Amino acid sequence: MGERSAVVGIGQTKYDAKRIDVSMPGLIREAALAALADADLGWKDIDAVVIGKAPDMFEGVMMPELFLADAVGAAGKPMIRVHTAGSVGGSTGIVASSLVESGVFERVLCVAFEKQSESNAMWALTVSTPFSVAVIAGAGGYFAPLVRGYMRRSGAPEDTGIRVAVKDRQNALKNPYAHVKIPGVTFEQVMNSPMLWDPIRYLETCPSSDGACAMIFASEGKAAKSPGKPAWVHATAMRSEPTMFAGRDQVNPMAGRMNAKDLYAKAGITNPRKEIDCAEIYVPFSWFEPMWMETMGFAEEGQGWRMTYEGATALDGDLPVNMSGGVLSSNPIGASGLIRFAEAAMQVRGQAGEHQVDGVHKALGHAYGGGSQYFSTYIVADHKP
Amino acid sequence: MRDVAIVSFAQSARARELRNEIEILMPVVHEAVRRSGLPRTEIGFTCSGSSDYLQGQSFAFVGALDAVGAWPPIKESHVEMDGAWALYEAWIKIQTGDVDSALVYSFGKSSPGDIAEVLALQLDPYTVTPLWPDAHSLAGIQARAFLEATGRQERDLAEVAARSRHDAIENPHAVVSGEFSVEKLLAEPYVANPLRAHDLPPVTDGASALVMVAGERARQLCERPVWIRGIDTRIEPQSLGVRDLTRSASTEIAGVKAGVHKGKVDFAELHAPYSHQELILRAALGLGERVAINPSGGALASHPLMAAGLVRIGEAAARIMAGRGDRAVAHATQGPCLQQNLVCVLEGE
Repeated sequence: MGERSAVVGIGQTKYDAKRIDVSMPGLIREAALAALADADLGWKDIDAVVIGKAPDMFEGVMMPELFLADAVGAAGKPMIRVHTAGSVGGSTGIVASSLVESGVFERVLCVAFEKQSESNAMWALTVSTPFSVAVIAGAGGYFAPLVRGYMRRSGAPEDTGIRVAVKDRQNALKNPYAHVKIPGVTFEQVMNSPMLWDPIRYLETCPSSDGACAMIFASEGKAAKSPGKPAWVHATAMRSEPTMFAGRDQVNPMAGRMNAKDLYAKAGITNPRKEIDCAEIYVPFSWFEPMWMETMGFAEEGQGWRMTYEGATALDGDLPVNMSGGVLSSNPIGASGLIRFAEAAMQVRGQAGEHQVDGVHKALGHAYGGGSQYFSTYIVADHKP
Repeated sequence: MRDVAIVSFAQSARARELRNEIEILMPVVHEAVRRSGLPRTEIGFTCSGSSDYLQGQSFAFVGALDAVGAWPPIKESHVEMDGAWALYEAWIKIQTGDVDSALVYSFGKSSPGDIAEVLALQLDPYTVTPLWPDAHSLAGIQARAFLEATGRQERDLAEVAARSRHDAIENPHAVVSGEFSVEKLLAEPYVANPLRAHDLPPVTDGASALVMVAGERARQLCERPVWIRGIDTRIEPQSLGVRDLTRSASTEIAGVKAGVHKGKVDFAELHAPYSHQELILRAALGLGERVAINPSGGALASHPLMAAGLVRIGEAAARIMAGRGDRAVAHATQGPCLQQNLVCVLEGE
């Protein structure tokens, strides 16, 4: 890593199924303005802008950052549009941080968003080119067999996913920005919700949301002048692998494991379970919590479900996971990864309000995408690396 | 700043490809890696540029990983932009010290649809796209404003086209080339007044790839590495009504930031999809009459959308590597009427 980089501003919109009160420019501006206010900065203080979102067909605009440029104050400035499938939110944060780490810029604004209500994600994920098979299953249809694979390998109890969903949905009640809130949500309620893609039930899956998240990364010099407590970037990591080939482990992908190894090595972490205080992990379907606990090295292979079962990942557990309610509660797809990064930084900065975990010094943000093949992660702490 | 050099470049461009994107890309990527002399496993970072809307499919770039051979898993990123910006992200990544080398590639097929109409989807979806102004018509508005403001003539535009097509004769990747008289070109009908067919980018399917390496390693690998002496990118608001279309304000800033004026410029590869845009860019970068523009034939001879900007950088680097110049300016653009621009100053060892 070159120059030090720190998170000095965070802004989120209210997430909802349809934000018909704002256009796309209005949506991203809402998040950007909140981040600027958090950092006590104005548009003129920003050197460069990074925009991230998932496939353009989710809104039906080709390279929408072009028409959004002035809405995020990018006129006359450098602007980059990142797109790395579902991990894009994480990658957007990493690119923004790297612009600071490179020493080229001192304050970089990044905004990730999705306004799913403008198009239809299920359709956008299903369009197939000539001579290829149309799956017409969306993401759930793709990931359900991987969950089955995990259950079979690990022997995890059938209700593990339900327990994850109940926990995340309870956490969401403490998050003012969360989209799906079910007061008094119960185990029975999740268990009895319709089976969508066996074994994934309706309440074990993520919603389609409109929303945007913004973060401001600053150099060491600029972070010192920031009114709030900076969250210092200790490490970032990205890994990708092809979607399909014989012998590829899609349940515990090599790219995910290499990503974790790289991340911890850069951050000087040898025992992640002990050294990391809490984590925001990309869990669009409940079962991905135990799966990613293993890939990220928080649990031995085949043992991730025990963390859920024993309450380790609960808000009062020894490694709280998805304190915000996670992707299960808010899913503006392109922003979902950046929300993980933002929520991790909020914990370090003590900004998380009702879902704040006590004494967080080091937190992890995680995103994945494609067919479990793209990984973007980072670690932030309340002290300089 | 770390010194970073381009050590290899490869491309493919045809008027109409029957191969799919991955099939086009694979030999191009492999050629760029082979020419670099860098073992594939030694490439620190991979970054690509493409657009889902050209392929007509979400996550179009995901399949491209098959062409790269991303196994064991690689450090990789993607921009929904022309490949020139993938190069920019990779250059930034090398500056962080996290990696020492990068493979950059981009690809796109323009031929399956009506590309000028597809590009209307880049506009404001609430107020502009419903009117469906195609890209040629928007460029026509800009060209008309430019001619009116500067007193330049349609003949000046035809001269740009004739020179580009002449220079492209030597370029095996040109899809339009040959000797054309200005009179003959001016006798052709308008496509979008004042623009005629020769003023427009030819429909091109293609891909481009290059390898960048930092410091001494670049000298070991390449007889004449081409150093990136400066690089910068700027964007303008999109709405045509708030911009002065007769100049390129964002290119002016990027040119100064990239240090175009710090030395003599031997030649420039300017990404000007429309003939009048070459004249606008030339003025924005302050390139005098002695500077040769687009010796490759430029975007009027070959225009694989999403790859064409990276091709400008690659063409300039290849020319310097071959000893046909020492210091060059390469430029890339995207968005309607030169909305977003990138300027790169290249220098041979």
